[in-house]
Amino acid sequence: MPSTTYGKGLRGLSLATLATIALALALVFFYAPLDADQGFVQKIFYIHVPLAIVSLCGFIFGAALAVGHLRTGDRKWDMRSYVAIHMALIFGVGGLITGSIWAKASWGHWWVWNEPTLVSFLIVLLLFATYQPLRFSIEDPERQSRYASVFAIVAGAFVPLNFLAVRLAQEFVHPRVLTLGGGNLPGAMRLTFLISLVGMALLYVTLWKYEMAAKNARSQVRRLRRTLLGDDSVRPAGRSAAPL
Amino acid sequence: MRTALILLRKDLRLELRTLETVPAMILFALVTFVIFHFGLNRSTIDGQLAAGVLTATLLFAAMLGINRLFVAEREQGGFDAFLLAPVDRSSMLVAKAAALFVFLAALEVIAVPAFGLLLLGPSLGPALPGLILVLALADLGLAVIGTLVSGIAVQTRARDLIGPVIGLPLLIPALIATARAAGPLLRSVHAPAAPPGKWLAILALYDLVFALLAYAVFDFLLEE
Repeated sequence: MPSTTYGKGLRGLSLATLATIALALALVFFYAPLDADQGFVQKIFYIHVPLAIVSLCGFIFGAALAVGHLRTGDRKWDMRSYVAIHMALIFGVGGLITGSIWAKASWGHWWVWNEPTLVSFLIVLLLFATYQPLRFSIEDPERQSRYASVFAIVAGAFVPLNFLAVRLAQEFVHPRVLTLGGGNLPGAMRLTFLISLVGMALLYVTLWKYEMAAKNARSQVRRLRRTLLGDDSVRPAGRSAAPL
Repeated sequence: MRTALILLRKDLRLELRTLETVPAMILFALVTFVIFHFGLNRSTIDGQLAAGVLTATLLFAAMLGINRLFVAEREQGGFDAFLLAPVDRSSMLVAKAAALFVFLAALEVIAVPAFGLLLLGPSLGPALPGLILVLALADLGLAVIGTLVSGIAVQTRARDLIGPVIGLPLLIPALIATARAAGPLLRSVHAPAAPPGKWLAILALYDLVFALLAYAVFDFLLEE
């Protein structure tokens, strides 16, 4: 396997991420106006919505990478898809928790059922939460990666369909901020939101690259040890949900 | 297509001789109606509540069939024999989905009238044509997604756990559309003659997308 270096450009990317997030936070606290209705608590919007959007895009990104795996049969793509979905899950849990806090603060309840975006998001998260248990319960690594990719593609296609069905099932409560025309956000808020979104997306890409670099380096070290020191020097890999 | 028909005939004959899956699904559905009667503490239900109870019961009963769908193939070496045969692999998907569809239809032939007798307030008769249409579309979705999920789950160590855990979230949109389409039909007053077109369209779209998707990815589940 050619040694792909995921570490390349990682320092620049990390710095760019850091700068964007710092800028976004500065804008959130010092530039964006206070919401007339909700006051200070509305500022969690700039964290919550980007987290949720990036998480959903991460799931679809993982599905696209899984298509690459099934097309080429190269396990490298499975690793990429795995890391993408696993990162998106972490972002998704973050989005759910921040959303819950926001709901409690602005609507008075931790959970609101007549809120299609929230409910769809929960269903998507529940579906993707089975990704790791599924991987873990298939022992043969080759079959594990193949089945995980099939699951990732099906679940990725499920995301938009699920949003459609749940949205139609309920009345609108959520402020429509995500329409293509930019919704009804005033200019200063929209700018802050967009920069927060870019910062969160950069954070996702950076973390994805870090994990890929770490996993890649680990497998290279294993291979080198095995070549140089013999098979006994490497502990046999235990059963794992992560691809090797 | 001929292969699919042969496989389907084999599955149906197997079911007729062993009576392993469908009777269990029917019993499960009947028991669930009794459970709902006590859980809700209601002798009759109607409208959206009735549609929800019916849909949830059918969904859980379908889960039993979905779990069993590929077990015989795996335990008796049916997969190996199928892979050795020079036939199109997608025919397995078509045959299994068709078998599951037949199982679900057989379940509903008993369970829906039983629901009408045991729980439903208004009479079942006027709602029946619309209900059959809704349930046919719902069964299509359950059959396709169930076959796909069952194909994934049967190769895992904890297949009885993985199947429902993956299958239920995937089926939630179909459940929403089925329950919402059937709800107005089961109202005791002002019940429309036809189910709402919006939900039928969503159900049909869902069936179509997942049928195409299953057709595209199913081959990868059978490779050895």
